[in-house]
Amino acid sequence: MTDTPLPSPSPSLALPRLPAFAAFGKSVAARVLPPLVMLVLLIGLWELAASGPKAALPSPSLIFKQSLELIVDPFYDRGGLDKGLFWHILASLTRVAQGFAIAAVVGVLMGVLLGQSQLALRGLDPLFQILRTIPPLAWLPLSLAAFRDSNPSAIFVIFITSVWPILINTSVGVRAIPQDYRNVAAVLRLNHLEFFFKIVLPSTVPYIFTGLRIGIGLSWLAIIAAEMLIGGVGIGFFIWDAWNSSNISDIIVALVYVGLVGFCLDRVIAGVGVLCARGAKA
Amino acid sequence: MTKPYLQISTVGIQFGLNVVLQNVSLDIQRGEFLAIIGHSGCGKSTLLNIVAGLLQATTGGVLLEDKEVNEPGPDRAVVFQNHSLLPWLTVEENVRLAVDKVFGKTKSRAERRDWVRHKLDLVNMSHALVRRPNEISGGMKQRVGIARALAMEPKVLLMDEPFGALDALTRAQLQDTVMGLQQKLNNTVLMITHDVDEAVLLSDRIVMMTNGPAATIGEVLTVPLARPRDRLALASDPTYVACRAAVLQFLYERHRHPAAA
Repeated sequence: MTDTPLPSPSPSLALPRLPAFAAFGKSVAARVLPPLVMLVLLIGLWELAASGPKAALPSPSLIFKQSLELIVDPFYDRGGLDKGLFWHILASLTRVAQGFAIAAVVGVLMGVLLGQSQLALRGLDPLFQILRTIPPLAWLPLSLAAFRDSNPSAIFVIFITSVWPILINTSVGVRAIPQDYRNVAAVLRLNHLEFFFKIVLPSTVPYIFTGLRIGIGLSWLAIIAAEMLIGGVGIGFFIWDAWNSSNISDIIVALVYVGLVGFCLDRVIAGVGVLCARGAKA
Repeated sequence: MTKPYLQISTVGIQFGLNVVLQNVSLDIQRGEFLAIIGHSGCGKSTLLNIVAGLLQATTGGVLLEDKEVNEPGPDRAVVFQNHSLLPWLTVEENVRLAVDKVFGKTKSRAERRDWVRHKLDLVNMSHALVRRPNEISGGMKQRVGIARALAMEPKVLLMDEPFGALDALTRAQLQDTVMGLQQKLNNTVLMITHDVDEAVLLSDRIVMMTNGPAATIGEVLTVPLARPRDRLALASDPTYVACRAAVLQFLYERHRHPAAA
């Protein structure tokens, strides 16, 4: 009698899914764990370095103790400037939103003009190349003189900071529209408006969003500095105010918030860009 | 002799000091399928672009139904070499863009929609209406390109090496499609090609161009083959073989490509 092979045990239904789930968990862990470990390590180092009696900056544990209210309740409001960080950030974001929105509209329109017209490019490009190198804060005194009010001045500073990358990237995108698409438009006799909405805008979307991403980053850089000078509610002045009253812990908490918000702004613009650019690449 | 439908008379074009085309004259009858063949760089595409109105001739001119051509328009629809579909629009929307523009005032919404579907059906692309160009094959893209051009109901259909970028099998399929369409619609077609078999198979007359600079028409060959034509039966047909030989002789004996000489 020969040995017949044993029938293999029938696999349970859940079994084949388990390795897949484990692999997924593994890949998530591979992404999340390294930054987490680094963060804990750095905070530990900082704690060690700042725990001496003569340390100039507070240690993480001290910050937690001193600025507990700021960390756990960003929504408190006791009137005047004594508000939670949420309100300061909201004020800053509102200014950024206004200045950035104007910059986006003006930047895209001027960018299309510069991309389409050789004459406009020759006339305006050298001027823009010089203007865009002026640091944002250098515009502030001039805009204060012109607007005689702090809020529009801050919005203007945001606008003038973020408009250049949007404008320049858009014009590059328009110049990169393939001749094929222009030929299609010519054969169909699209008028200027149709050409703009049906050809120029969709094919330039990836370039526009590159400009918008750089622009929003610069806006966030500029608003903090501008608010330090103009005062009022806003995360920039909050930091300046904390420095004047020697609340170093508050400054550090605010910096963490500023970083996180800047990161989110960048991600949001990038995400919207991916949505809009769906299919724009040939 | 009837009056020509499309008349190209003493056309020449010059880019700077570089004379590309010189003294090109050609009369095309309504419903005729013309192939223009020549080595690369001889200015075939330039000639097509002049007829399309995308380029302005330096000398001479083009008349379509006795009207001078001096700008692009949907009455001379072009099937471009690299399909030129807009990648952010679906197959249906690409054709729809052309139909809305050309028939926006004369057809209702529903009529335009049916018109688009019908043209896509003619090129067997009804199954891919909602696909985007980067989701379909090169042959399919070119089918949509043809549907878009046909949807404009052009007086003259201009094709700029429409199958140049396709593999041989796909190319044969598309050639059959074009022959079928020609049988049905009897369009006036001007097609650029560098494929001898394609030229003989598809066209009523073959225009052979000399080499540049200052290229012009070297010879025009009439292809006296009855339609419908069948690629398999023709392979051994003496008339087909003779036409093929005549074109090959022109291209490789009397007007060899300068780089190969």
